[in-house]
Amino acid sequence: MIEVKNLTKKYGDNTAVKNLSFTVEKGRIYGFLGPNGAGKSTTMNIITGCLAATEGQVLINGHDIFEDPKEAKKCIGYLPELPPVYPDMTPYEYLMFVAEAKGVSRDLLYNEVMRVMEATQIVDVADRLIKNLSKGFKQRVGIAQAMLGMPEIIILDEPTVGLDPKQIIEIRELIKSLGKDHTVILSSHILSEVSAVCDYVMIIAHGTLVASSEIEDLGQYLVGSTSTKLLAKGDSERIANSLASLPGVTVKSVSKDEREADDVYEYILEADKNADVRESIFNKMVDIGCTILNMDTKTMGLEEVFLKLTDEEAEVYKAQREAEKAEKANRKKKNKEIAEDKKAKEDKDDGSEYTSLFTVSDSSSDNDDSANNESEEDEQ
Amino acid sequence: MGAFYRKELKSYFNNMTGFVFLAFILLMTGIFFTAINLNQLYPKFEIVISNVSFIFLLVVPILTMRSVAEEKHLKTDQLLYSLPVPVTKIVIAKYLAMVSVFLISVGVMLMYPVVLSFFGDVSFLSAYSALAGFAFLGCALISIGMFMSSLTESQLISSVISFGVLLIMYLMTSLASIVPNTAIASFACFTLLIAAIAAVLYFMTKDAAISIAGFAVAEFVMLMVYLFNKSLFEGAFASFLKYFSVFDRLENFIYGIFDLTAIVYYLSIIFIFVFMTVQSVEKKRWS
Repeated sequence: MIEVKNLTKKYGDNTAVKNLSFTVEKGRIYGFLGPNGAGKSTTMNIITGCLAATEGQVLINGHDIFEDPKEAKKCIGYLPELPPVYPDMTPYEYLMFVAEAKGVSRDLLYNEVMRVMEATQIVDVADRLIKNLSKGFKQRVGIAQAMLGMPEIIILDEPTVGLDPKQIIEIRELIKSLGKDHTVILSSHILSEVSAVCDYVMIIAHGTLVASSEIEDLGQYLVGSTSTKLLAKGDSERIANSLASLPGVTVKSVSKDEREADDVYEYILEADKNADVRESIFNKMVDIGCTILNMDTKTMGLEEVFLKLTDEEAEVYKAQREAEKAEKANRKKKNKEIAEDKKAKEDKDDGSEYTSLFTVSDSSSDNDDSANNESEEDEQ
Repeated sequence: MGAFYRKELKSYFNNMTGFVFLAFILLMTGIFFTAINLNQLYPKFEIVISNVSFIFLLVVPILTMRSVAEEKHLKTDQLLYSLPVPVTKIVIAKYLAMVSVFLISVGVMLMYPVVLSFFGDVSFLSAYSALAGFAFLGCALISIGMFMSSLTESQLISSVISFGVLLIMYLMTSLASIVPNTAIASFACFTLLIAAIAAVLYFMTKDAAISIAGFAVAEFVMLMVYLFNKSLFEGAFASFLKYFSVFDRLENFIYGIFDLTAIVYYLSIIFIFVFMTVQSVEKKRWS
């Protein structure tokens, strides 16, 4: 249906989307998840042809959105971040206009407009000016607009932002019902929304895809997943050692709990997510004769997966940016030094050009090495 | 395209814009018609047209300021980009809608010579030829105003820029007459102009190499021409400026000449500015 290949978008020096590739298949609801400024809207704008990509290709049902926009755009209904409605028109006029512009034939116009108005429940407000409608109704008019002409794909950019809880639930129901006849892609920065509505989720951070899977399988991104908190009484070193000897268990930390008695320590253990280690821990503790005061197992929820994935990405990104900055600074410094060297040399002797050139290149290679060392340290 | 045309045309009468535009233009022609033709019993309607052409300075910005700027402001341009309709068709529909609103006023003005004919002999041909010139002038100015509107997302800025540009065009002949006629002065003026174009090029592309190279090549060619044939430059800048005297082309129509060169001139202006508007709208996609 939609194939996105190596999409890159740069705004000046700022890269909004970096080498993004994914495919979207028919008949499912896709969630595009990411923190603010991750590049969600940019990607959607490129897919719908509102924005040109710096590099890469978008194929909609085999039509390239840049080469063959007319055919490609016929397959898409798009609701941008702000519903693109004209305040001086009524929803009915507006939808008639969009349907006609989308090439719906004249005899079907009225039926088509009535169909989307009924689906989005805006028949009651059809004759009021859009500027007098509430945000929720404007949003519905926007969604109705995207549904016109029965496009195979409907793309919704943050459809529930700025709505009250009741409206959010209604819009979600609407999106779910859209999923029966259309392929839907929606973007959001709210995880619970995506997990409530979508079948498939793509997590994007700083313009790159960091995770992409069925909503149920998102757990696969739980790395070293279950963590167990253990409060036990006894010699901390001995307990830690014997716990570490258990297969598949690593001791993450041992700390003193100040509120408890002297020999009570808190142990954070991590284990393979599929293995239940509680029983073997209990048996081990019985073997070595220490008492378990409290044991608590925790699995990471979707929220944590999301935060972890986007945070990791943020850290990598930050490190990269810092390395780049350091490199730039070094280069500047180097250039300055070379210039100064050159100047000093020229001032010092008016001897043969050959020697002066030679020394300059020599000193520059020295600088090169030191610059490399510095930037390597930065990256570490 | 039909859908866009109808929507645009309706939108001018959904709010005040269309009414204010028509009221203003008809009020001014009405006043001049009463003062010149009716009160003084002067049979030539052409004189009214020559007197009211300045009204374009005020009404064209009113009509054109929202055409493209408003779409950007309301973010409805995203809808236009995502529809399976080329931008060229959308811009042409917008232009035609504005021209249609303007032609309503021209339609009303068709009545004036008829009214005059009740009181004596009226030369209908020369009156209507002047009105045709007036219509073409209006259409050309509307295309310029639409382009100015596509440069910004604020209606206010767009109307101020349109007014400024139209004012300079209105005064162009007088401006051209104060430019010195010597070859060296023309050369200097052209150099300044090329430098300004190079600067605009630099701000649009952020590529210093291209703009400097462009400036150097144009300057070199000009210098060569200047060295080989100095006389070519005498008065050249003044006649260059006169190319932009859109208003003065109306004069022939007023004197009863149906001037085909002026019509070609107006049509070229329309074509160039509609084309530039399309480019300016497309450019946003590449930002």
